[in-house]
Amino acid sequence: MDFKSSDAVVGPRSEDILPSSVSTAVKVVIVGGFGVGKTTLVGSVSEIRPLTTEETMTQAGVGVDDNTGVERKSETTVAMDFGRISINDELVLYLFGTPGQQRFWFLWNGLFEGALGAVVLVDTRRLEVSFDVIGRLEERGVPFVVAINTFAGAPGYPVEELRAALDLPDNVPIVDCDARKRDSSRDVLMALMRYLYSLAVKTEAS
Amino acid sequence: MSEGDHEPGVDENEYDPGRMYVVTGGRTGTGKAALDLVTLIVATSEPQPTIQPEAAGILRLCESPLSVAEISAYTDLPISLVMVILADLLKDEHVEARAPVPKALLPERALIEAVMHGLQKL
Repeated sequence: MDFKSSDAVVGPRSEDILPSSVSTAVKVVIVGGFGVGKTTLVGSVSEIRPLTTEETMTQAGVGVDDNTGVERKSETTVAMDFGRISINDELVLYLFGTPGQQRFWFLWNGLFEGALGAVVLVDTRRLEVSFDVIGRLEERGVPFVVAINTFAGAPGYPVEELRAALDLPDNVPIVDCDARKRDSSRDVLMALMRYLYSLAVKTEAS
Repeated sequence: MSEGDHEPGVDENEYDPGRMYVVTGGRTGTGKAALDLVTLIVATSEPQPTIQPEAAGILRLCESPLSVAEISAYTDLPISLVMVILADLLKDEHVEARAPVPKALLPERALIEAVMHGLQKL
């Protein structure tokens, strides 16, 4: 019998346990195509080894057999990696890396709801993947910055050329990063926070 | 490639759907409990012997605050199932939820400043 004993649950390592004073959690979503480096970015800044949460995607079978009355469903498990940064004794920031395809976004109920903002991680070799993502974030009103992961061998483009290619408004920041490096990934998050700050100031002024 | 992205595929560790049904009683929603991936959960009581093993496992995990996403990761249970179990634990007051910052149009300046300050220390 496939029965999971609760004794088998291995919890966080002692150094990964949050202090009981932590009262608030915020999240940032890292969006990008497959292989663009989302998990690498999350892992380079996270204080915990990136964890994986799973969701089951159920699709109604195409050929339903009327005779049995049992709907055939195919189940697929989709995973999302995430990491964590303790900001201070009360506040903790979670980073979720999610694939660009919107069908995955619905799986995680309210993934973008309440998120501070998003980072669109871009590989210049596959810019087309980013069009959809950017359009959908704009539709949802999720503020975002664009980070170009500078893979070895990826063609470098002037920022303004990329801005035009991605059809990005002038105020949306574009930053270069090396997702493998902690300080570089941290700078991407800082760029997002500065952008959010500028939006907040603008909102308060209006 | 060091990338750990997962594309949809068959997962050998997949939670048995039959067991999922037993645990949830077929329910999929979480009722009134508004749980988010980053809602922090803290246990307020020890697991009772009569409690389902999945719920007991969650209670033991949450001696210190833990997000819903982390609970799902450590228990290897799908996030939707974790939310159903947590909704019950909340209803019975076995756990306490520290809700994320309420959804605002844009986050407040003070909050962003705090995050920036924390990131600078990295």
